[in-house]
Amino acid sequence: MSLGIEHYLILSAILFSIGLYGALAKRNAVVILMCIEIMLNAVNIAMVAFSRYLMPDTVVLTGQVFAIFIMTVAAAEAAVGLAIIITIYRNRRSVDVEQADLMRG
Amino acid sequence: MLPTTVLWAIFLLPLFSLVFIGLILRPFFNNYPKLSGYTIISCLTAALGLSIWVLTSSDQFPIGSTIEWAAVGDFKINLGFVADRLTAIMLIVVTGVSLLVQIYSQGYMRGDPGYHRYFAFMSLFTASMLGLVLASNLLLVYVFWEGVGLGSYLLIGFWFHKPSAAAAAKKAFIVTRFGDFGFLIGILILYFTAGTFNIAELNELAMLGVIGGTALTLAALGIFSGAVGKSAQFPLHTWLPDAMEGPTPVSSLIHAATMVAAGVYLVARTLPIFVSSETAIMFVAVIGGVTAIFAASMGLVMNDIKRVLAYSTISQLGYMMLGLGAVGVGIAQGELGEEFIWLAIAVGMFHLFTNAFFKCLLFLGAGSVSHASGGTFDMRLMGGLRKYMPWTFVTFLIGALSLSGIWPLAGFWSKDGIILRAWEYTPVLFWLAIITVFMTAFYMFRVVFMTFGGKYRGGEQSPGHGGHGHGEPHESPLVMVFPMVILALFAIGAGWAFWAGGAFEYLGGYAHGFFDVFTNVGEEPLPLISLTIALAGIMLAYAMYSARWISPEKVSQTFAPLYTLLSRKYYMDELYERIFVVRVLHRGLFYVIQTVDTYVVDGIVNGLANVTVLAGSGFRRLQTGQLQSYGLAIVLGILTIMLVWFVYK
Repeated sequence: MSLGIEHYLILSAILFSIGLYGALAKRNAVVILMCIEIMLNAVNIAMVAFSRYLMPDTVVLTGQVFAIFIMTVAAAEAAVGLAIIITIYRNRRSVDVEQADLMRG
Repeated sequence: MLPTTVLWAIFLLPLFSLVFIGLILRPFFNNYPKLSGYTIISCLTAALGLSIWVLTSSDQFPIGSTIEWAAVGDFKINLGFVADRLTAIMLIVVTGVSLLVQIYSQGYMRGDPGYHRYFAFMSLFTASMLGLVLASNLLLVYVFWEGVGLGSYLLIGFWFHKPSAAAAAKKAFIVTRFGDFGFLIGILILYFTAGTFNIAELNELAMLGVIGGTALTLAALGIFSGAVGKSAQFPLHTWLPDAMEGPTPVSSLIHAATMVAAGVYLVARTLPIFVSSETAIMFVAVIGGVTAIFAASMGLVMNDIKRVLAYSTISQLGYMMLGLGAVGVGIAQGELGEEFIWLAIAVGMFHLFTNAFFKCLLFLGAGSVSHASGGTFDMRLMGGLRKYMPWTFVTFLIGALSLSGIWPLAGFWSKDGIILRAWEYTPVLFWLAIITVFMTAFYMFRVVFMTFGGKYRGGEQSPGHGGHGHGEPHESPLVMVFPMVILALFAIGAGWAFWAGGAFEYLGGYAHGFFDVFTNVGEEPLPLISLTIALAGIMLAYAMYSARWISPEKVSQTFAPLYTLLSRKYYMDELYERIFVVRVLHRGLFYVIQTVDTYVVDGIVNGLANVTVLAGSGFRRLQTGQLQSYGLAIVLGILTIMLVWFVYK
């Protein structure tokens, strides 16, 4: 049995679903942020897998480059997200997103 | 050759005066009030000159010019002026009388803070009336008709700080509006049956019988209802006596040449439409006859000099309608040929012509009297003014004699013409007219004896508006006396066939000679009868108010119920206010309208608002402020889309 594209994609889907579940279900803002990272990296796996298996003979590493971009953006996002979470924590002494509902109509 | 520009110029001159006073004199030369008076006087002098030119160009009639104003598909509205013999006479009356009134106003309105405003409104009023006289189609007539209404509203309410003046202005406007509503409907009926607004075409179509039947009758009655409102005929006469609240020169103009003349003029102008329907023309004659005696009876007991004159105007307007109607009935019943239409117009309009002079004169006289006795119009406070105001007395006396129909003054000739025709074609109305002659002579000389005879009874002691608060009455200044003298000359001679009375023949009547009016009259010596009756009226007034052989107080006590009925004006005001306005309008119509407004109109608006609020409070719950619930919604949405996509691919 050799590893095919399906395995990578299944792994990617599992990781994405775990991340999505966490992002929607968890209350702790830090955990939600971590779950978003998981979702982003699930996408990265899919990107690299597609690049490797669908266009094996080219030297254009589109998928891999894209993965690096996503990591960069994710790092920035994590920095901004953490900063926001810290601010919320300072104001409300809590990182529970259920209580951060200032936009409620 | 008379260019049509002249017609436009006659209308535009007073309009220019309005614009010039309103936009230049009032803002920049407010400290020179005389300028506005001079402006309107010079404009009207020019207009009078042009009107005389029009009058003398009668061989070219009808002349006119038309420009297109607006066109929507086949529906065209034209601005057109036309001149014929009727127009020419009216132009002379309007510009001439208005000019004299403006000269008089120079003295009467001296020192009034609204001097500019007064002459601006006067310009508007005169311009509207001239436009109405010249207009060649009914729509344009209607525009100026309303312009005249607006002018009268502004002028009656000129001293708007007086609540009574403001109320009288509103009353004049609203009461005439009832008539105008009918007028508009009449115009629309004519347009939809005949397809034109042009008066000359409509007249021709009516005479040819192209339009006729019920539609024509209704249209004619509609037009007449407009005339009833403007010319203060029964039952819409109640506004005119109250219109006394305006400055006296305004009353004078309203009663003589503009406003009330408009109604009579309109009926004369569209007379072929009326005579094509026997019902309509009979209605005109009956309303005229009834109004004549009805108003005269109220004039018998009034103590306010201007109110007596006001009822006299209503009564004389009734005569005019009767004059138009009586000959018209003759034509409608086939006793006269259609070529006699101009005779009908001549009979009615000739009385308007003479009445314009002596009625204007009487009002100016009343203003002069009031000026002298400290601003009052109550005749019980006057008396003995003959000594102090010889000019006013003489001219007023001439006016009164003329109005009473004493030979050979103007009123005799025109009134005689009407009575003669009423005898021939509407005998019932003749008796009303002849009783009215007696009443007219009586109330006019009641005024003369109460105002000028006896001893001075003190006038208004508290300084009212326009009053000087002085003890001794005095003659008015020359600028006020001069127009009265001119008008007096016309009040004497406007009936003489060889002088101004030529207007009668000019219009299409045939005038009697100076003396053979008594000798050459057929079987009944009607002129003699009416003259005798008028003299009897004067004698009775002399017996009651000068010689005091009969005590007026005793008479009023003997006939107390009648006296009360008359002095309360047949309770018409009460009828209108208590029954019509309060019961019918307030509790009936207005209540229904208010209910509809509250529950239907407001209901729809409030309902829309409520639905929006409810929907908003429903949708509000969707916005939880929880990012996660939004995320969940997005995920579920994407899953739904994918599901749909896979199923229907």
